[in-house]
Amino acid sequence: MLEMFSYDFMQHAIIAGLLVSIASGIIGSLIVVNRMVFLAGGIAHTAYGGIGIAIYFNLPIFLGASVFSVAAALLMAYITLHQRNRIDTFIGLIWAVGMAIGVILVDLSQGYNVDLISYLFGSILAVSQEDLYYMGILLIIIITIVTLYYRDILAVSYDSEYANLRGINVPLFFTIILVLSALTIVIAIKVVGLILVIALLTIPIYIAEKISTSLAQMMLYSGILSSVFTMVGLHFSYTFDLTSGASIILVSALCLLIFIFFKKFITK
Amino acid sequence: MSIIDIQNVNFSYDKQTILENISLQVEQKDFLAIIGPNGGGKSTLLKLILGINPLQKGTISILGTKPEKNLSKIGYVPQNTNINTDFPIKVIEVVMMGHVGHKRPIFGYRKEEIACAMGALQQVGMENFAHKKIGSLSGGQRQRVMIARALCAHPKILLLDEPTASIDVSGQKQIYDLLKQLNQYITIVVVSHDISVILEYANKVAHINRTLTYHDISNKTTINPTQGHFCEVEMLELLGKSTKKSECTC
Repeated sequence: MLEMFSYDFMQHAIIAGLLVSIASGIIGSLIVVNRMVFLAGGIAHTAYGGIGIAIYFNLPIFLGASVFSVAAALLMAYITLHQRNRIDTFIGLIWAVGMAIGVILVDLSQGYNVDLISYLFGSILAVSQEDLYYMGILLIIIITIVTLYYRDILAVSYDSEYANLRGINVPLFFTIILVLSALTIVIAIKVVGLILVIALLTIPIYIAEKISTSLAQMMLYSGILSSVFTMVGLHFSYTFDLTSGASIILVSALCLLIFIFFKKFITK
Repeated sequence: MSIIDIQNVNFSYDKQTILENISLQVEQKDFLAIIGPNGGGKSTLLKLILGINPLQKGTISILGTKPEKNLSKIGYVPQNTNINTDFPIKVIEVVMMGHVGHKRPIFGYRKEEIACAMGALQQVGMENFAHKKIGSLSGGQRQRVMIARALCAHPKILLLDEPTASIDVSGQKQIYDLLKQLNQYITIVVVSHDISVILEYANKVAHINRTLTYHDISNKTTINPTQGHFCEVEMLELLGKSTKKSECTC
């Protein structure tokens, strides 16, 4: 057990797992209470277009994926705020086109036999020092924004119509939440992959929502639960030589089942 | 000066006229009930007063100025307060959303803001629930919290959209008794279906179905609703609107 900590790549994996868990706990809470899970799923898949662009033009993957998914988030925010009744169609469209761009650009990239699977299901064991800096800086930005604008974010999330009446710039905060989601999704893709990122952004959050009395508490519990799930999943992945992202998600899902079971039969 | 002055307001949506030539004056400490059929334009008028819907034609002034400049003078209680009941938020946090966003600290809430919110909760008799999760409250309790939120900014006018739509009968009475009490120093405008209840409390009634009919019932003769039930047909007779005697079918 202890030998796993002696490898550099495991230390990186553990730090990355914790940073991503805390970030996804905070942002996942905002995504869930704002009912933006489908939007987040759209951004996650669109991000693959950014990965394709980064590979084709030989740019850092995080940079390509971040810029592309932030652009997708801005587009989705614009559509949501201006074209509410057709939002699902447009998200589906952006989702598919983003992925298609990624696949084509990876096809066209010469001599680069990219491992698509590592982006679909995560590659936490391949986290570099630079990746960790990027994740750390992003986490600091998220915590700063959410702390400074907690009131506004709370008001917009709970009752956007009323927030608007109180003079809060609702579209601005809606866009901020989506952009932060996009950036968080990009770092979470490294840990669990873009297919499984939605699970990381919803399973711990669902449990936290049920046991919290405030949004801040929900963010805290989500972060803690997510960290625990990620660490346990990582441990299984290391011990039994399984894909890390899938292990993390299955551990989370199992805990969710146990939680629902206890909630149903114990607290009557 | 009228506290709310609406002059010749028209509003249409997708070429469909919703409000036509509406004029209405609300005086200090009025208790105005806005009634009318679904889709008749009641909520639209409320949203025009609040400045949520843009004004297309006519003028609306609140205390002599435009609605947008009087955000803190109007307290608003929205129609559906049963949405988002899973949201992890405490009663006191909901009430504090009523503060208008200026002079705020970098982080968290000021002491005065918390005290003010507690005061508003006391006014509606919900101070013991301040730290409960909003989803654990009953419909009537939640509605009172929403009234407290509206009172938080010390408004001159309280606008309520169907405040008793999803509340049981005893809860409804409590809400209206509370409004009557608040009416001693606040002007109250209620959009409602509950004609029988409204008539016991309101001193003015506006009926909106695209156009507006206005009745001052402050000197109303005593109403004797049979078994607390009072139907619209009887009400129209009372207001002298109905031309021919018709059977009460409700």
